[in-house]
Amino acid sequence: MADVLLRVDGLFKHFGGVIATDHVHWSVPEGEMHALIGPNGAGKTTLIHQLSGALRADGGRILFAGRDITRSSLHQRVHLGVARSYQITSIFRGATVVHNLALAVLARSGSSLRFWRPLARETALFEEARRLARQAGLGGREYVVAGRLAHGEQRQLEVGLALATRARLLLLDEPMAGLGPEESQRMVALIAALKGSITLLLVEHDMDAVFRLADRISVLDSGRIIATGTPEAIRNDAEVKRAYLGEDGIA
Amino acid sequence: MATLILEQTLNGLQFGLMLFLLAAGLTLVFGIMDLINLAHGSLYMIGAYLVAAVVRATGSFALAVLVAILGTAAIGILLEVTVLRRLYTRDHLSQVLATFALLLICNEVVRLVFGSQPVMLSMPNGLAGPVQLLPGFYYPAFRLAVIGVGLAVAVLLYLLVGRTRAGMWVRAGASNREMAAAMGIDVKLLFTAVFGVGAALCAVAGAMLGPILAVQVGMGESILILAFVVIVIGGIGSIRGALVGALLVGMVDTVGRAFVPTLLRSFLSPAVASGVGPALASIAIYVLMAAVLFWRPQGLFPARA
Amino acid sequence: MRNRLAIGVLLLLIAFPLAAKHWDQLFYVSFASRILIYALAASSLNLILGYGGMVSFGHAAFLGTGAYTVAILMDEGVSSAWVSWPLAFFVSALFALVIGAVSLRTRGVYFIMITLAFAQMAYYLFISLRAYGGEDGLNLATRSRVGFGLDLASDLTFYYVVLALAAACLYLMQRLLNARFGQVVQAIRDNETRMEAIGFPTYRYKLICFALAGGAAGLAGALLANQNGFVSPNLLQWTQSGTLMIMVILGGVGYLYGGVLGAVVFLVLEEALSAYTVHWQLGLGLALLAIVLYARQGLAGLLADAVAGRR
Repeated sequence: MADVLLRVDGLFKHFGGVIATDHVHWSVPEGEMHALIGPNGAGKTTLIHQLSGALRADGGRILFAGRDITRSSLHQRVHLGVARSYQITSIFRGATVVHNLALAVLARSGSSLRFWRPLARETALFEEARRLARQAGLGGREYVVAGRLAHGEQRQLEVGLALATRARLLLLDEPMAGLGPEESQRMVALIAALKGSITLLLVEHDMDAVFRLADRISVLDSGRIIATGTPEAIRNDAEVKRAYLGEDGIA
Repeated sequence: MATLILEQTLNGLQFGLMLFLLAAGLTLVFGIMDLINLAHGSLYMIGAYLVAAVVRATGSFALAVLVAILGTAAIGILLEVTVLRRLYTRDHLSQVLATFALLLICNEVVRLVFGSQPVMLSMPNGLAGPVQLLPGFYYPAFRLAVIGVGLAVAVLLYLLVGRTRAGMWVRAGASNREMAAAMGIDVKLLFTAVFGVGAALCAVAGAMLGPILAVQVGMGESILILAFVVIVIGGIGSIRGALVGALLVGMVDTVGRAFVPTLLRSFLSPAVASGVGPALASIAIYVLMAAVLFWRPQGLFPARA
Repeated sequence: MRNRLAIGVLLLLIAFPLAAKHWDQLFYVSFASRILIYALAASSLNLILGYGGMVSFGHAAFLGTGAYTVAILMDEGVSSAWVSWPLAFFVSALFALVIGAVSLRTRGVYFIMITLAFAQMAYYLFISLRAYGGEDGLNLATRSRVGFGLDLASDLTFYYVVLALAAACLYLMQRLLNARFGQVVQAIRDNETRMEAIGFPTYRYKLICFALAGGAAGLAGALLANQNGFVSPNLLQWTQSGTLMIMVILGGVGYLYGGVLGAVVFLVLEEALSAYTVHWQLGLGLALLAIVLYARQGLAGLLADAVAGRR
């Protein structure tokens, strides 16, 4: 049995009178591909924000590899091994794909308080960036300016940037968002290739992808985890069906 | 001593209320249209100059104020329709620079028309003398009138914004512009109207402060900064915040200037106290603003959703 | 291509005073010094504004602090440029570090306001320094002493010193922008959230950038104090910050030579127009408005577009 990599203890978050995260207890073992699903407004993104450090929880603890990261900042968590991708594409539109990824590599390549030597001369850095581009399925598109990429390619870069941090835990927030069928296939392949080598927390609405990729699935409803289990178990869970009533056709 | 404190408190109240007139327009424009308008002080200046010009021509202060209000509102609306409208979608830096350009243009146009020398604007005859408020305590009638006007406008704005349908639109716009538009509010007209009202308020402030301070080119700049400090403290988009902020700033500034040097003199040498005193008093409001930004970054009464 | 152009301009700048001296038009040398000093100041603002995305409305405070450092030291008997000029840089950089530490915790318009507020505080602070002239300002007894047989009292010598410093600073700025630090700062400007999300402590980088720019402005201030022979609190007025911003946007925000171009155009226009009319600021205002509305990229941008279009 793999060690627990991520553990969430009684996590609590409210916005005024609305409780977004309602004392969530949860754990994800290392190497697992874990999906988080739930109806709209369940609080999935809020939970991701708290895990990544974008939002401060109001109560509870987040433990990563045994270490309490509840108070750690966004960038600190990245160095500890937790990285995320965004639901709304957040890349560097004016830079090439390679430059985008190079920035992520740069973040873990020593101090950037260097003022003299041109970055362009750091060939090792850019070589790794090109390798990452290929891993993200953008081989051959390395020198395209990110803003000019097709939507699907931008989503690939979005995930690629998170990958480039060499994190142990990746939080992917709806990577399939806005993708057509062909692009979705590419994204599924990209993520499937990561199985085993990295721990993945996947928030998604695309049920096909979820059931194909996930080792285990957790269902979030109104800020609470109402079920956790294998895809089969979730598929047959009465609570889950009730939560999704009329929402998605889970075959 | 007690009369001095009372006098300075009234002065602070008077200054604060006038700041409120400026800040109210500024905060609405900023809150609803998301526009930083550095030319707001120029409208105040134009208002004061119009009052001075009409008084010189007709001798009637009341008429002058009326003309100034209408004239400044007209100029404000003209500016909004021609230039400012294009800035709503632009970034803050562009707005700062464009309105700074308007500030320069207004200054020069006024200089062209009226010359560089300060213009005399005397208090209306009926209010020129002192009024006895308490036995042994006299206070200028005009300043009392200013306080009165300020309070009246505050009440008027409160009723307008809080109790009328138009006011509801304004509050909706300040809270969430897109939603307001989606609900069918004629946003363009609303913006122009808000701007016009803001300009009118500037004119009133100019008319009231003109006789007390000096009417000269550049008079808008010094008060503009204070108005910005007020809306940052009060919360952008909030009229209530503008009132509280303005009173706070007006008091701190006036009372500070009056008493800090004296206070310092009690434990510093007179030379140092007279040097540092006014500086500290001037700095006080900025320290206040920095403190508010640090602890309550959205201001005291944020209007934004 | 751009570097060749820059070297060409540099050679012209080196040659031109000799020509001016030959034709007995030394006034232009002094004017050129003034332009170079403001080019340095505007470029330092361009670093944080154009490349860092930080709209600071209080940059004049660092210019003024540097100027006052030199003036106050000279008043106290220290006139060596080797002491007062580096000190001007460091004092301004330190000042910027403190102001930046507080201001950079805010965003957007609040950042603009708080930098403005700090500049105002500095302005009033210098007015309160009665011992150093207060509101009336402070004269410098002489220009700073450089040694090596060079006398800065000669406008020609002073010009070459200013040119050397300005060129050196601009070169350093170019290297900085292409190095790790500059690339990180520019990426932060483009998408700060993502930079944090890939592991960069963005606040730290912005702060260091802010401090460096403040220091460079302080150096420009030191030169300005020498150029004018006089410092006054007016150097720190917010309208001065506005002037620096105008120069940057005129020249082109985020272009390497934006600050230089802006300073040149602004000061030449000011000189030329004020000979015609005392109301030259009206023309300036209209030009600025036109640029903001129709030519956002400033002159450098227009030039870059023209060159790109021609290719």
